[in-house]
Parts: sequence; C-alpha cells; structure tokens
Amino acid sequence: MADIQLKDLVKSYGPTEVLHHIEGDINDGEFIVIVGPSGCGKSTLLRMVAGLESVTSGEISIGGRRVNELEPSARDIAMVFQNYALYPHMSVRQNMAYGLKIRKLPKDEINRRVEEAAEILEIKQYLDRKPRQLSGGQRQRVAMGRAIVRDPQVFLFDEPLSNLDAKLRVQMRLEIRKLQQRLGVTSIYVTHDQVEAMTLGDRLMVLNGGYVEQFGTPIELYDRPASVFVAGFIGSPAMNFFPAELSGGQAALPGGGVLPVASAHSGTATLGLRPEHLMQDPAGPIAIEVELLEQLGANTLIHGRLPGTDLSITASVPGHANDGTGSIRRFSVAPELTHLFDPATGKRLED
Amino acid sequence: MLKRVHFPTSALPYLLVAPQIAITLVFFLWPASQAMYQSFLIEDAFGLGTEFVWFENFEVLATDPHYLASFQRTAVFSLLVAALSMGVALILAGFAQRVVRGAMFYRTMLIWPYAVAPVLAGALWVFMFNPTLGIFPYFLEFAGITWNHYLNGTQAMALVILAAAWKQVAYNFLFYLAAMQSIPNSVIEAAAIDGAGPARRFWTIIFPLISPTTFFLLVINMVYAFFETFGIIHAVTQGGPGTSTTILVYKVFNDGFVGLDLGGSAAQSVVLMVLVIAMTVVQFRFVERKVAY
Repeated sequence: MADIQLKDLVKSYGPTEVLHHIEGDINDGEFIVIVGPSGCGKSTLLRMVAGLESVTSGEISIGGRRVNELEPSARDIAMVFQNYALYPHMSVRQNMAYGLKIRKLPKDEINRRVEEAAEILEIKQYLDRKPRQLSGGQRQRVAMGRAIVRDPQVFLFDEPLSNLDAKLRVQMRLEIRKLQQRLGVTSIYVTHDQVEAMTLGDRLMVLNGGYVEQFGTPIELYDRPASVFVAGFIGSPAMNFFPAELSGGQAALPGGGVLPVASAHSGTATLGLRPEHLMQDPAGPIAIEVELLEQLGANTLIHGRLPGTDLSITASVPGHANDGTGSIRRFSVAPELTHLFDPATGKRLED
Repeated sequence: MLKRVHFPTSALPYLLVAPQIAITLVFFLWPASQAMYQSFLIEDAFGLGTEFVWFENFEVLATDPHYLASFQRTAVFSLLVAALSMGVALILAGFAQRVVRGAMFYRTMLIWPYAVAPVLAGALWVFMFNPTLGIFPYFLEFAGITWNHYLNGTQAMALVILAAAWKQVAYNFLFYLAAMQSIPNSVIEAAAIDGAGPARRFWTIIFPLISPTTFFLLVINMVYAFFETFGIIHAVTQGGPGTSTTILVYKVFNDGFVGLDLGGSAAQSVVLMVLVIAMTVVQFRFVERKVAY
C-alpha cells in the first residue's frame, strides 16, 4: 500500500503536448477515478503511472519513491486492461500464477494465493479453463484475480468494464468497489462513464483536453463544479446552460425570466441549472415550452425550450406527466442550486 | 430451414474456371501421371525397348544404399535449412518489431532476398566462398580453417544449407512479423507489468502465441528444402563433391537426365510426390487445429 504523487506531470508526443502539468496527491488506500471524454489523456496518464509510457517531464512517486525511470515490473503495481489482456494460451490458474512464478515464489505459496483469489472472485471452478472458454464477466474476474494475487501497492484499472453489458457492468462495479474496500489497496481507475466514476471513486479527477478540470469528491463535483465542462459532464441528465445577465443578485434569462441567484456578480455569465433542481412552480420565473417527454416511470424528463428562443432545456419532474407539445410549464430554482460560470474561461464564478 | 436458392443454369461458371482446370490438367496432373507410368517401366541401355515391370524400380530403390544415403542427407539438409532460416527469421522479426524509426525501410530490405532467383542466390554464395577468390575463405584462414567446398563434403553441405536458408529467411520473416503484430499489445504489457523481461516475454508469451505460424512455416520450409533448392545445389556444388550434397530432388535430375535411368528417376520422383502429399496432409490436418490457444 502506498500513496501516489503526481508532480507537474507533462506528456508530449513530439511537439504535441497531450498532458499539461498534472498535479495530484493520492492518499494511501484511496480509490481515485480519472474520468473524461475520449482523447482527454486519461489512459495516457494511467499508463504513465504504470510505466508503459515515458514521462516527458515532472515526477511520479509511489510510496515516496520516484518511479519515473523504473520498469513497470519494478513499480509494484498491477493493472487490469480494458480487453482483459489474459494470456490466451494459459489456463486461468497459469494466468494468475504467471507473475508469482516470475518472482520465484514457492509453489505452495503460489497455489495458496491463486486459490484464495479465486475464492474471493468466485472463479474457483474455472481455474483449469482457458480464457476463450470464459464469458466476458468471468474473464474480467480472472484479470482482477491476476492483479490481486500479486498483492501490489497499487491497482490500476483501464476502463475495465467497458466491454461488458449494462447489467453486468453495474454488478462488477459494485464488486470492484467492495474488493477495493476489503483489500484497502490504493487504486486508480480510468473511465469515460460518469456514473461509474461517481459510484466508485473516493475522489474524481476530471480531465479534459489534457488539463485537470477538477479533482475532488463526487459530491463536491456535483455541488460545486469548477467549470462548465465538469458541470456538464457530472450528473445525468446533463446540466442546462444559458447565457444570463447578472445584476443585484438576479439573473435575467433570454426570453424573459428573471430568477434570484446566490451571487453578487454582475455582467454576462453562463448560468447552469440541473434538470433535477427545477421545481414545478406555477408562478416560477422559468417557462418551458414542452417539445418532448421522456417517461422513465419514477420521473419524467421534460425536454423543451425557453419560449421565444431556441435554447433547449431539460427538467426532471417526479411521477408521470402528459403535457402536450407546445404547452408551457413553469419552474423555479432555489438560489443556492444555481451555478454561474465565466462565459470567457468557463470557470466557476465564486459567490 | 433455409430455402435453397436456385440460379438459372449457365455455362459461364464452367467457362470461368476452365483455364485454371486446363492448367492443372496439362501442367500438373498429366506430368504426374506420366511420371507414375514411367516409374513402372525399365528401359534397356540403348533406349531401344521398354518393359513394364510393376514395382521393380521401387524395390531397387529400397535396397540401393546410395538412395538411402541421399534420403538421410535430405533429412539433415531440410531440417537444418528449416531450423536455420526460421531461427534467423524469428530473431530478425523480434527485433524488427521493436524498430520505430525507418521500420518500413528496414523491413523492405529484409524482404529483398526472397526476390532473388535460386540460381543467382547460389552464384552469390559460390563467389563469396570460392576457395581461391572468395572473401570468407580468406577470413576463415585467419581462424585456421581451410575452406574448400570442392573437396570437403561437409563444407559443401554447410554452404548449400547456408545459401538455401538465406534465401528463405525473408519469407519466414514476413510471416513471423505478421504473427507478432497480431498479438495484442496489452498482453505484452500485462506480462511486462507481471515482471517478465523482454527475453522471458518472448519465450513464455510471444513464442507460444505464434506457434501456429511456426508449424505452418516448418512445413513450408521442409517442402522448400525438399524441392525448390535444386537451383541452388546445381549452381553451388552440382551434388558434389562425390554425392555429398546430392539430395533427393537433385538425384532425380542426376539419375534421369544425366544417368538416363528414366524409370528409376521416375520412381524417385513418385516417392518425392508421396512425401510432399503427406506433408501437405499433415499441414492441413494440424495447422488449423493445433492452435495453442
């Protein structure tokens, strides 16, 4: 077990810089999720920690030891790959024992560890099968088994669930979380799925275009997103954004509505409202011209636009709804649940 | 159940395959059947009469010590050619895969020898190893080795093996490189994280995963060494000194067209044909099935 420090980390391919001065301290035993859209550099960052990509500048240290120049094998890490990367010609048992054999552990110790891991992951009956005889979920477990038998200081997960179907993904997500809590090993997990990120991580590092947008707990990210990007990325359905004019603690929306905000700023700003924070209120300042309803059973998503504009807006209302197209619904939002961002930089405007 | 699709009968498909069938008939099946027929005949010394003798030619072969020695020689020759060319190709492919800069150029250069005709390949090696003019005998003399493949049978054998293997390296290299590139990178990375160094990764991961290619190449190279090395041997040693480099295919030529024993030569070529058919069967039966994973 170990803490991980990323100091001023830069990665370039030739003249192209893909990761820009990443900073981050990861505590011992913490589960960190790196999340971002494809191409944001999250896998590259993970592979740099693993030692599969070189570090252009800056420093990575694991357990207080600088590892920039160390081979992957010398970093005491284990990694679970997106495509599992099982050795196709070896049985499950051999797959899990491979790393232990290389470290020249005694045979009975290897056996004990493999059996133990197989027990935890409930793959004991598959130990003598080849990977191709297993389903996707079972392969995933073997890949995790191969990581845990090594008893490493750090687990690295590179989108390990993206090849599974939706139901299995939810199940494996919970199992990964339970396993990590049980073993208490520092983990870094890369995903593009914000739900996965929110449910798994102690803290989330949101990457966009090679920059860290925000690094914090899931609730911090949800309640106080540091930028328009984080605000739009975290939360489902996604946050609504409007250009607004601020003055005297109020924001004027295009098309007429004026609503109170918890901010003393004035001038133009980007106003963010979460669909689930729009409260039905016949006298509310926000009007939605209904275009489409999505009935989810427990709640209904109302997609529409602000009347007289082409700015679309989504609201989530509890229960069922049967508004016709073109009808108007009115909403209000509590001032402390509004989010304001600088329209030029996209950064959050502090209250 | 699927309904059978009926196409209107037409002569066109038959016409389209006709050229290929004609070529197979004229250039493969007909000569093969002629060889088969010839192998049952014995001609008298003056070519005046032929006699149908059933399997007598084969019986003679089975007890002919020269023929049996040639068999042994061919086995040694083809095994060494296959092992040498595949081994070198494997090493080259392993390194070529790691090359980043100028990979295209490097690979193209490695593939060139395959385009060299066998006789030319032989001629190159003859010049390099010519006992009086060649560069290698000159160097070997410093090591205290006197090179003369015109006199020394072992050296002659070594030379034809070298020449034949050299020509085949390019072909094997291509297949090995393709096989290595089809292994997912993440598997290699997983092994690296598991603590395996480059050599260990090669022997425990890469080599087992390309074993189907190795098996395929083994058959191809054996067939190559058995049959397609005629040009090299003819150019380098002409089967000599003595009969020390007379492999089966060269003996067919020698006995038939130099010794004019057409029946015996035909019988030898029938034996060779059976051998290659056997090898092809083995390849088809196992190459698909004997996949390591």
